[in-house]
Amino acid sequence: MPKIVIDPVTRIEGHLRVEAEVSGGKIGEAWSSGTMFRGIETILKGRDPRDAWVFTQRICGVCTTVHAITSVRAVEDALGVQIPPNARMIRNIIEAIQYVQDHVIHFYHLHALDWVDIVSALDADPDKTSRLAQSVSDWPKSSATYFKGIKERVAAFVKSGQLGPFANAYWGHPAYKLPPEADLMAVAHYLEALEWQREVIKAHAILGGKNPHLQTYLVGGMAGAADPNSQAALNADSIANLKGLFAKAKEFVDKVYLPDVLAVAPFYLEWAGIGEGLGNFLSYGDFPLTDTRDNDNPGNLFLPRGVILNRDLGKVHPVDQEKINEYVTHSWYSYQDDGKPMHPWQGETKPKYTGPNPPYESLDTKGKYSWLKAPRYDDKAVEVGPLARMLVAYASGHERVKYWVDAALSKLGVGPAALFSTLGRTAARCIETVVMAEQLIPWTDELAVNLGKGDLRIHEQKHWEPSTWPAEAEGWGWTEAPRGALGHWIRIKNGQIENYQCIVPTTWNASPRDAGGQPGAYEAALKGTEVADPDKPLEILRTIHSFDPCIACAVHLLEPGRRKQ
Amino acid sequence: MLAALERKGISRRDFLKFCGVIGAVLAVPAEGIGRIAEALASVRRPSVVWLEFQDCAGCSESFLRASRPTAAEIVLDVLSVDYHETIMAAAGRQAEEAKEAAIKTGGHLVIVEGSIPTKENGLYCCVGGRTAMELLSEAAKGAAAIIAVGSCASFGGLAAAKPDPTGAVGVRDLVKGVPVINLPGCPVNAVNITATVVHYLTYASLPKLDEYGRPLFAYGKRVHDNCERRAHFDAGQFVEAWGDEGHRKGWCLYKMGCKGPECYSNCPTVRWNEGTNWPVGAGHGCIGCTQPGFWDAMTPFYRRLPNVPGFSVESGADKIGIGLAAAAAAGVVTHVVGTAVRRNKAKAEENKDNS
Repeated sequence: MPKIVIDPVTRIEGHLRVEAEVSGGKIGEAWSSGTMFRGIETILKGRDPRDAWVFTQRICGVCTTVHAITSVRAVEDALGVQIPPNARMIRNIIEAIQYVQDHVIHFYHLHALDWVDIVSALDADPDKTSRLAQSVSDWPKSSATYFKGIKERVAAFVKSGQLGPFANAYWGHPAYKLPPEADLMAVAHYLEALEWQREVIKAHAILGGKNPHLQTYLVGGMAGAADPNSQAALNADSIANLKGLFAKAKEFVDKVYLPDVLAVAPFYLEWAGIGEGLGNFLSYGDFPLTDTRDNDNPGNLFLPRGVILNRDLGKVHPVDQEKINEYVTHSWYSYQDDGKPMHPWQGETKPKYTGPNPPYESLDTKGKYSWLKAPRYDDKAVEVGPLARMLVAYASGHERVKYWVDAALSKLGVGPAALFSTLGRTAARCIETVVMAEQLIPWTDELAVNLGKGDLRIHEQKHWEPSTWPAEAEGWGWTEAPRGALGHWIRIKNGQIENYQCIVPTTWNASPRDAGGQPGAYEAALKGTEVADPDKPLEILRTIHSFDPCIACAVHLLEPGRRKQ
Repeated sequence: MLAALERKGISRRDFLKFCGVIGAVLAVPAEGIGRIAEALASVRRPSVVWLEFQDCAGCSESFLRASRPTAAEIVLDVLSVDYHETIMAAAGRQAEEAKEAAIKTGGHLVIVEGSIPTKENGLYCCVGGRTAMELLSEAAKGAAAIIAVGSCASFGGLAAAKPDPTGAVGVRDLVKGVPVINLPGCPVNAVNITATVVHYLTYASLPKLDEYGRPLFAYGKRVHDNCERRAHFDAGQFVEAWGDEGHRKGWCLYKMGCKGPECYSNCPTVRWNEGTNWPVGAGHGCIGCTQPGFWDAMTPFYRRLPNVPGFSVESGADKIGIGLAAAAAAGVVTHVVGTAVRRNKAKAEENKDNS
């Protein structure tokens, strides 16, 4: 059977290849492959554990910061460090604005072009576009004159004959269903979002020196000094700046992003039944609300921790990190026994490429075919990401998540089953953005109040010097990156990193098959999807993009490590 | 020209302001600004092929944060970014075809992000079934110039750190016969990309480079020389612990491991995210990310540089001002001397000892 090959899959982070067999217009089997690796865990071996966050942060420059948080948490877990309240709050704020900015970029710049035909926007009537925009939101930039300007700008761009990043795409594909007016509205918001994301992420520069790759994390706390009476520290002026940016962030989410998703979705409601995938979901939970090391305590995490199996929203299972294993049966690594999985603390891995010599036309998908391993939870393939988080929160009774999920379902006239889909994933990301944007200002106020009380601590200090550490220690760090559950595992010996391993969101979602033949989330989600034109497989892009792939994160090399004692 | 700009939604005032800013980064005299404006508003946009290899997309993200919003918009309009995996609409075969068309025309700019693995014939990074080595060599043919953005594309960066599992190298190690400009940094500062491109478009030539291929306009001075905490260094006022009084007052981070005295970059002057802040401003030491040999040459990050050479005032923090400094630092000072070259040599010997 001839295969559809998409390589490179664009508008993602990293190097992803998808191969799919199509029969009778439908995808039978699909394979997902990561085609680049760097070996960061090997590079970490023997280094100072306090440096690890700087290295691992560079695993990804897109949702830049999540590996930093996870890394310092892993070391803090190993050493038993409880960070001070200010550090917890600053980390939460940094991560929350990351969610909001990253999700908006994903929707407009990485995903929207799967649903919006830019060329068709040239046929739009600016008056009608203005009426459409005003009917869904009171966002001020919605006049006919404004949309006329955008249309002329696009027309001039097209007329130049140099389409740049918009050249050669699937414009005119029959799967595009928006009326030209909605296309024009979306194009305008694509451009606005480009400006907006640059602006709101200045919060990272205020708190962390720069974005991407903020430079402010420390094992034990943060490096940003806080003092209301200092010109050179986080003070009232910084707080006011942050609140201004967060108001801007929330306004765009409420008045542009959410209305756009709700306006576009009705044209693509069939996608509420496409791209479902595994039906198993994992969330580590995130955003600690109290100053304790007991993160499993209910209510301690703003977004709760849990596992949902077989689409059963009636039961949220607890997460046990010991149940996480990785297979290499179909990955370019070798274990002593390729049929058996290993926990990251017991990692025994040797990279071993057995794929075709480049240049190649197709991979040997019966054998090993990816640089990604296949992580499994309790031997089950699971999906992670905004949908997993929103489902776990919804099923756990999270008040704001429940409110927004119910509101969105009712607005679209669909039931909760619609969530298990490509459209559901895209909607869940938007709902999460709304919920997180609501927290930015209250959390900043909480920080201001704490500083006002005279608590200026930003670092724990007690465990900073390696001389204070035990000879051996091991720890687990976790976070919910925008793309899903992220875990780092570390073993420290004599003040150095003995072993360091990461299992990242996209390794879960884009994983190849395991020893039992269970596909990963992408592979499962593509099965059964109808493809109108195999030469322009827009449908595959829609589902893959709904996961927001990050392949540089997903590909890593584990180093032979000691068995857990 | 004005009409063309207005069609793009850019006012003349914004445009000239942008040209002024770029002119300042490039240190051109005021009368040169008009020439920049003229060059930028002219005819056909140069084609750009942006290749990502062993990268994290951090430099692409940095580019999307390009300072002065309207200006970044101009840059997007000034160039024709015909291939860029992270932002382009086309995928798979159609994406490859767009790249082929751009390369075929020739005279294009190639921007490279990420290092290039060379071990095992380069199979550690493949796009479209072909190795990064092959793709780079193909794109370089007929290119006007190559801009290596970030430390990975410039010097091998993260993937090349010890033990360099994939044989990662920078662009200059592979490409000959085409000018290569290095814009290191982790990530690159968008201002420096913009300024380099503007320089090229304005003067039809490349900016003057240092021995490591870095433009002097951006990498000609040490971080230490322009640091806002420099006065505290000279006065012997050092942060001794995270969050202590000196830290809250913005004192010097040298003893907390700041690599500013050995790092050449315009971070302190152009700063980040539209000049909002920079790492040292936010309380963390410089990690030296624009230097060759970063990461190995600059780690461990939290150990102070052994000895800072240069002016007499820098004869060592221990001897300066307050006597307390000496006591606090005593346990941390090593015997290794201060220049990057000699430190690297020491590092190599240390590695030999460990192996």
